[in-house]
Amino acid sequence: MNRIFSTDHRTIGLQYLLLAAVAVVIGTIMSLMMRIHLVWPDRFLPIKPEDYLALVTLHGTLMLFFVLTTAPQSGFGNLILPAQIGARHMAFPLLNAASFWLTAVALATLLASSFVQGGAAISGWTAYPPLSAVASAGPGQGLGMDLWLASIALFGIATTASSINTLTTIVARRCSGMTWQRLPLTVWGWFTASLLSIIAFSVLLAALLLLFLDRHAHASFFIPAGDLVSGTLHTQGNGSPLLWLHLFWFFGHPEVYIAILPGMGLTSMILANFSRRRVFAYRTMISTTLLIGLLGILVWGHHMFVAGLNPFVGSAFSISTMAIALPSSAKVLSWLATTWRSRPRYTTPMLFALGFVSLFITGGLTGPILAQPILDQYLHNTYFVVAHFHLIMAMAGIFGLYAATYYWFPLIANGRILSERLGRWHFFTTFAGAYATFLPMHLAGLAGEPRHYSQLTGMASASSRLLGRQLPLQDFITHAAFLLAEAQLIFVVNLIQTLRRPGHASNNPWDATTLEWSPPIAPDAEPSVHREPCEYAADGSFSPQWEPAHKPE
Amino acid sequence: MSLPFSPLLPIDASAHGPALDRHLILNLAIALALLAITHLILLIGLVRSRISTQRSIWAVEYLPLAALALLFAALTIHAERLWASTRYTGADPAALQVEVTGLQFAWYFRYPGSDARFGTTRPQLADAPAGNPLGLDPADPTSADDFLSSNLVLPANREVDLRLEAQDVIHGFSVPELRIKQNAIPGQPQHIHLTPTLPGTYAILCTQLCGLGHHRMSANLRVLPQPEYQAWLKAKEAAATQ
Repeated sequence: MNRIFSTDHRTIGLQYLLLAAVAVVIGTIMSLMMRIHLVWPDRFLPIKPEDYLALVTLHGTLMLFFVLTTAPQSGFGNLILPAQIGARHMAFPLLNAASFWLTAVALATLLASSFVQGGAAISGWTAYPPLSAVASAGPGQGLGMDLWLASIALFGIATTASSINTLTTIVARRCSGMTWQRLPLTVWGWFTASLLSIIAFSVLLAALLLLFLDRHAHASFFIPAGDLVSGTLHTQGNGSPLLWLHLFWFFGHPEVYIAILPGMGLTSMILANFSRRRVFAYRTMISTTLLIGLLGILVWGHHMFVAGLNPFVGSAFSISTMAIALPSSAKVLSWLATTWRSRPRYTTPMLFALGFVSLFITGGLTGPILAQPILDQYLHNTYFVVAHFHLIMAMAGIFGLYAATYYWFPLIANGRILSERLGRWHFFTTFAGAYATFLPMHLAGLAGEPRHYSQLTGMASASSRLLGRQLPLQDFITHAAFLLAEAQLIFVVNLIQTLRRPGHASNNPWDATTLEWSPPIAPDAEPSVHREPCEYAADGSFSPQWEPAHKPE
Repeated sequence: MSLPFSPLLPIDASAHGPALDRHLILNLAIALALLAITHLILLIGLVRSRISTQRSIWAVEYLPLAALALLFAALTIHAERLWASTRYTGADPAALQVEVTGLQFAWYFRYPGSDARFGTTRPQLADAPAGNPLGLDPADPTSADDFLSSNLVLPANREVDLRLEAQDVIHGFSVPELRIKQNAIPGQPQHIHLTPTLPGTYAILCTQLCGLGHHRMSANLRVLPQPEYQAWLKAKEAAATQ
C-alpha cells in the first residue's frame, strides 16, 4: 500500500504520467471514432448524433485536462522539478499525494459518465449554458452533465492544490546559489503555469458552482427568464448565458498556456543542450515567459467576438490578443538564434524539440488571423480554429511531452535510455502525421465547414452542397489521423523493449548542465549552484551548474 | 477575383465580403511567408557549419521584433477599420427588418408585415404543432400581419437588419457565403446588418454546439432580384392576413 499511496514526489509524478497515458489512449481512440463516423457515417460506426457529441465532449475534456494539464505540469513537475532546483522534496508531500488521488477520482468520475442514463454530457468541453444548465436540453445533460461538473470541480481543486505545492517548492526550496536568474527555463515554465493555474482554476471552480446551483437550486445565473427548452419554461430570475462565457474563458484561455509553457521552457533548454550553446537572450526568455502568462489572462474575450459582446470590446480584445504574438515571436527568434549555425546533435529529444518549434510556429501564425474580429466572424467555430489549436496546443504540447520523456528517461527509469533508432522513426512518422492531419483542416475551415458536425451531407439542400464538397478532404484527414495514431505504437514498442533491458547510461548521458543530472552527493550534503544553466564553451566543453567556479587543478 | 487562395473560399455574396476576403487572403499570404522564412532560417542554421561570433541581441531579436510589431499593428488597424465599418454602427433606418430565431433545431425567420412592426411573443404561448413556434401573441394587433418563413428570403442590394434571438440555448447564425456569423443568445437579442449582393441560394448553418440535432440545424437563404422578392413578399403577406 505504501508504494501505491506514496508521498514521494517521484512516485506521484510517475502516477500522474500513467494517468495521463490512460487518458491520452482513450482520448485518441475517441477522436478516431469521430473521424471514422464523419467520413463513413453508415459503414463502420453508425453512432447516434448524441454519441458523437458525447465523444466530442469527452475527447476535449480528457485531452485538455487530464493530458495537457496534468502530464507536463504535475507529472514532469513532480518527477524533475525538485531535482532541478536542488530540493529533496516537494513542499507539501501529503497534499501532493492527495492532489493526485483527487485527480484520479476526477478521471474515474468523467469516464463513469458514459455509463449513466442518457450517457455523457453533449455540450462540449466548454459547456455553454443554457444547454449545460437544463437537464431537458438533450441526452446526457442530466446525470451525465452532473458527473462532468463533479469531475471538473474535483480536477480543479486537485490542480489548484498541486500548483500551490509547485509554487511553494520553487519559492522556498531552491538550494544555495539557485538564484531566480539561474533557474532553468523549465522551472520558469512550471512557475508561470502554476500561477496561471491558481488564478484560472479558482474562477472555473466558482463558475462550476454557479452552474450547479442553476441546475439544482433553481438559481438563474446563466438562464434568462422566459427560456423555453423542450417544453420546460424557465420563469425565475433573469440570468445571462454570456456570464458563463466570461467566467469560462477567463479560465479557458490561460489553460492553453498552462498546457504549453512547460513545453516552451523545456524546448529552450533542450535546443541549447544539443546545440552546445547558451540559450540566446536567457533573461529575455524569462521575461517573455512571464509576459505570456500575464497577457494570457487578459485576452479571454477573443473567444467571444461573435458571442454577442459590444463590438468595441471585440476591438480591445483584438489588440490584447495581437500583443501576445510579440513575446511568442521573441521566443521563436531566440530558438532560431540558439540553433543558428551551431553544431547540433540530432538525438531524439532534440528532434522533438525542433518539432515543437516547427509546430509552434505553424500553429501560432494563425493566431493573429483569428485575433482579428472581422476575420473571426468568418472563421469562428470552423475547422480553421480546430487546425490552429490542435497544431499549437495539442501537437506542440505532445511534442513537448515526448521531448521530456526521451530526455529525462534515464532519470525516470534507472539509467535506461530509449532506443535512438526507434526514437527517430517515432519522430519522423509523428511529425509527418501531425502535419498531414491538421494542416488540411485549415482548408476545410476556409471553405466554411463548422466543427462539431457529426454529418456533412443529408441535410437541407444548400448546406449539403456547401459541406459535401469537404468529404474528400476529410477522408484524407481521417487516413492521416490513423497514420499519426499508429506512429505512436513505435513509441510503445520502444518503451517496452527499453524497460526490459538493464540501464547502463552514465550519470549525465546528454552532457546536460542542469542540476537534475548532477552525480549523487552524500545524504547529508546540500547541493549548491554556481552559475546559470547552459554554459557551453566554443570547444564543446561545458560547465554544469553544480560545478564550483574554480576547478581544483 | 483571382487572388491566390480565393478559390478556397465559397462564393462571396455580400457587400462587405470582398474587403474581408482581401484582408483574409493578405493575412494568409503573410502567415505563409513567415512560415517559410522561419523554417528556412531554422533549416539553414542547422545545415551550415558552426560560427562562434557573438551576435547582437539587437540585430537578432529586437529589430525583427520591432518589424513584426509594426506588421501586426498594421494588420490590426486595417482589420479594425473593417470591423468598425460593419459593426460599430447600426443599420440604416430604411433597412429591411427580419427577425431570426434559433431553437432546437431549426431557424425561423419572421417578417413584420405591412405595418413594419413585430408583434409581441410570449414563450408561454409557443406551440410548434399549432403553427406558432415562437409564441406570437394574437392579442397584440401588430402581430396580425407578421409572417414566418422557414427560409430566409432577401432582396439583393438592399441592407437588411437582422434581429437575432434564441428560444432555448445559444445558437450560432452563420452564412459562409455572406461572410457573417453571430451567436443568437436566449434573453439577449442581437442586431447585425449586411447587404446581400449576389442572387442565389446559400446555406444558413448553426455554428454553436446546441444539442443532438446541431449538425442538421440548417436553412436556406434565397437572395432574389428586387422584383422577384416583391412578388414573394406580396404572396406571403396576402397569405398572412387572410
